[in-house]
Amino acid sequence: MTTLKVEGLRKTYQTGRGGVAAVQDISFTVEEGRFYTLLGPSGCGKTTTLRCVAGLERPEGGTIVLGGATWVGPGRFVPTHDRDIGMVFQSYAIWPHLTVFENVAFPLRVARTKRSKAEVASAVGEALALVGLEGLESRAAPQLSGGQQQRLALARALVGRPKLLLLDEPLSNLDAKLRERMRIELRELQRRLGITTIYVTHDQGEALFMSHRVAVMHGGVIVQEGTPKDIYNDPATGFVADFVGSATFLAGPLAADGVHALGGIVRSRAVDGLEVGAKALLVLRPESIVVRPAPAGRTNEFTGTLRQAAFLGDHLDCVIEIESTLVRAYAHPSTPLVRGQTVAVEFPEDHCVAIADDGWRPRALTREQAD
Amino acid sequence: MAAVSVSRSAGRTRPTLRLDILVLGLAVALLAYLALVPLGMLFLGSVSESGTLFEGGFTLRHFQRVVTDPSALELLSASFLYSAGAALLAFAIGTAMAWVVERSDVPVRNLWYGLALVPLIIPGIVHTIGWVFLLSPEIGWINAPLKALFGFSLPVYSLPGMVWVQGLHDAPFAFVLMGAALRTMDPSLEEAAAAARANPLQTLRRISLPLLLPASAGVLLILFVRTLESFEVPAIIGLPGRVFVYTSRIYLSLNQYPPNFGLAAAFATTLLGISVIALATHRRLTRRSEAYATVTGKAYRPRRVELGRWRWVAIAVLVLYAFGGVFLPIIVLFYSSFLRVYVVPSPESLGTLTLSNYAFILTDDTTLRALGNSALLGVTTATVVVLFTSVIAWLTVRSKTPGRGILDFMAFVPIAIPGIVLGISLIWVYFTVPIRIYGTLWILLVAYVTRFMPYGMRSLSAGLIQIHRELEEAAQAAGARWWPTFRRITLPLLRPVLLATWIYVFIISLRELSSGILLYSSQSVVLAIRIFDLREAGQYTAIAALSMILIVSLVLLVAVLQRFGGRTVRAS
Repeated sequence: MTTLKVEGLRKTYQTGRGGVAAVQDISFTVEEGRFYTLLGPSGCGKTTTLRCVAGLERPEGGTIVLGGATWVGPGRFVPTHDRDIGMVFQSYAIWPHLTVFENVAFPLRVARTKRSKAEVASAVGEALALVGLEGLESRAAPQLSGGQQQRLALARALVGRPKLLLLDEPLSNLDAKLRERMRIELRELQRRLGITTIYVTHDQGEALFMSHRVAVMHGGVIVQEGTPKDIYNDPATGFVADFVGSATFLAGPLAADGVHALGGIVRSRAVDGLEVGAKALLVLRPESIVVRPAPAGRTNEFTGTLRQAAFLGDHLDCVIEIESTLVRAYAHPSTPLVRGQTVAVEFPEDHCVAIADDGWRPRALTREQAD
Repeated sequence: MAAVSVSRSAGRTRPTLRLDILVLGLAVALLAYLALVPLGMLFLGSVSESGTLFEGGFTLRHFQRVVTDPSALELLSASFLYSAGAALLAFAIGTAMAWVVERSDVPVRNLWYGLALVPLIIPGIVHTIGWVFLLSPEIGWINAPLKALFGFSLPVYSLPGMVWVQGLHDAPFAFVLMGAALRTMDPSLEEAAAAARANPLQTLRRISLPLLLPASAGVLLILFVRTLESFEVPAIIGLPGRVFVYTSRIYLSLNQYPPNFGLAAAFATTLLGISVIALATHRRLTRRSEAYATVTGKAYRPRRVELGRWRWVAIAVLVLYAFGGVFLPIIVLFYSSFLRVYVVPSPESLGTLTLSNYAFILTDDTTLRALGNSALLGVTTATVVVLFTSVIAWLTVRSKTPGRGILDFMAFVPIAIPGIVLGISLIWVYFTVPIRIYGTLWILLVAYVTRFMPYGMRSLSAGLIQIHRELEEAAQAAGARWWPTFRRITLPLLRPVLLATWIYVFIISLRELSSGILLYSSQSVVLAIRIFDLREAGQYTAIAALSMILIVSLVLLVAVLQRFGGRTVRAS
């Protein structure tokens, strides 16, 4: 069993003006063989959490247990080098004074169980083959390209067959095309090896694409945890809805059958516990909104003015003004739409869920908060 | 329309292209005159038969003496032992401090950082004389009680004494360089080793030390060359102890009667050769360590080792260095500056404290002339260096002028020329060419500008590189031509660096001794030389007073520099 259990993790940083809580009381469990992602904007505490799991930071409280081994607990702190982990750093941390072969062989050379030359060579060869770097063994590490360094870092993390793989934004320094390819490879590799993995990223696309489970972090706490589908379809807060995917927010008091907004009622269901009259937020994903040149007589249909329609190949990215609210929607690319015309917009009822309004507003369409 | 504007602007660029080639040509010619002509003359002087260039044919007898003289081997080994010893001592102290300050959780880090940098301000001659006051065989603060209690004293006038004093003086320099090496090492390289299950000792041995090796070797070589070129300790401590190294031997050859210019030139050429070889090796080493640099663009948050109980040991060592290496020599000078005659402090001597030394300093004509000369020379040198090197730096960093590589290289050549070698080279130049400036402030200005140009160059090109090229290109895109761009964009952005460089060059001009010691006259005497002269006249307490004045003005200048330049002084 190599399930990772983190409970009540706390870590503060000392700054010039006192302590800043980086991580406050975080708990999560990564089941054996799962790909678990900590997702959040910079400064949310995701990297600190990962570094606590790695033993590179010493938390003030909480426990970290992998399988039967307690790494962090009351009066107990296992140093990094005694934890059975493999780690890929954001900068890759390829040792420039060692060759490709020696970089990968390092975890084997410092291991307590001594291996013969042949064993080391075959393990290194295997790890390099795993990431597609065969034949580069004698190359000096700084001569590798960014993508190759990334693969090398991965091979080095895997060569010792660790129980837990930690990945700290490993794709963020690659260019877009390479990043796309590496995320496919990384996903495939993790599924094939079945290694328990924690992945840290600020890229929601990566998180949704690769993970079994995602924890969205904000301000040092986990605000929502679940499968990528849960997170996307049923965001718990305005922040999660805004951070994961794009969304238009309709804010208003909850009615019996919907939310007061756009000069009427937008019919929707509400999450449990939200009472009529409470401040509610309707989260609308652009791809679930239907845009038509003329009304079709559906429920939840509103008319508005088309402010923008940008052709993106597989869809038209539209901004529609309804009752002075800007709504973002994707229309079929062949829809005949002209900027400035009146359009009908339908919010299919089964895609509309009202959540409690915590005051968070999306950044994309809010002019005042543009940064 | 587009075609017309292109051809018109192409028509305009042609003359400016010629202009910058012209400027570059002039700069190369001037640099050649400043740096290469003296070295050429020096070499010719070392093989000249008659002692006058271009007369009486050539000879190798001076070099023959350099090699076959019975004392030649002694000179070589003393120079080597002195330089290697002081380099190792400075490296050991500096590295230990750098590690504690950069990599451990020692408290009040900024205080140690500031303290470690103070000695960089203290002129070598002041530091050396401070140690003479402490370790003087009969009456030194340390030796007098030792002698009274145990009947022996520490021999300051000896090779170990020289190593000790010079090593302590260069320790902050090693601290700055090794601190930078430690800071720029990506801590995730060490973290990756821990994640690969290497224990701390394995991480140190297999990752940290190998990664620091090229930088350490480079720092050691630089320290070696600095010591080899140093003049203060060899003259003030070495000569009385009859320990001769190259710099003091050159000085002696010219100060004996009759002076032997040819022999001095041959020794200087030999010293120059060693220095050039060491610096060339250093250049190769740093190239290799640059190849190690992995650019991530991420700010490093260094991992600090928790010292636990050891923190008190660390603090004790830092305090000991701060007190012994930094303050003790200053305190002894401060105290002595109020004495009529130098004595070990006692209740009686406290009663005889006097301001007469300061009165003497501030009324002595020669000393006042030295003060004025130093200020004038400092201002002029700093201004000339900043003006000249800002043009050179712009040409090498920003322009695409052909030949800018040569310019860059030539502006750095003087870094390999020891001060005393530059001095004797300039003697040869101005005894030969019909420009009668020997013994005037002009020749000192030539020496200082030549010697400090590389520092201005390094500082200004680093400053220029930091100004993103796109800032200038945006000005051009907005319609500004070269001069408006330079005046309204580049110069204002560069102003803090220009100011910092000016003050820095001013400071090192005030401290300079070795290049001027062979070139001055009673009319062109400067502060450091005045201190040197007063010492030969035995007026130690007056020196103490003058040293205090020098230290206070330098500290004030550095405070100004810190305020305006916003960065710490780099070592000379």
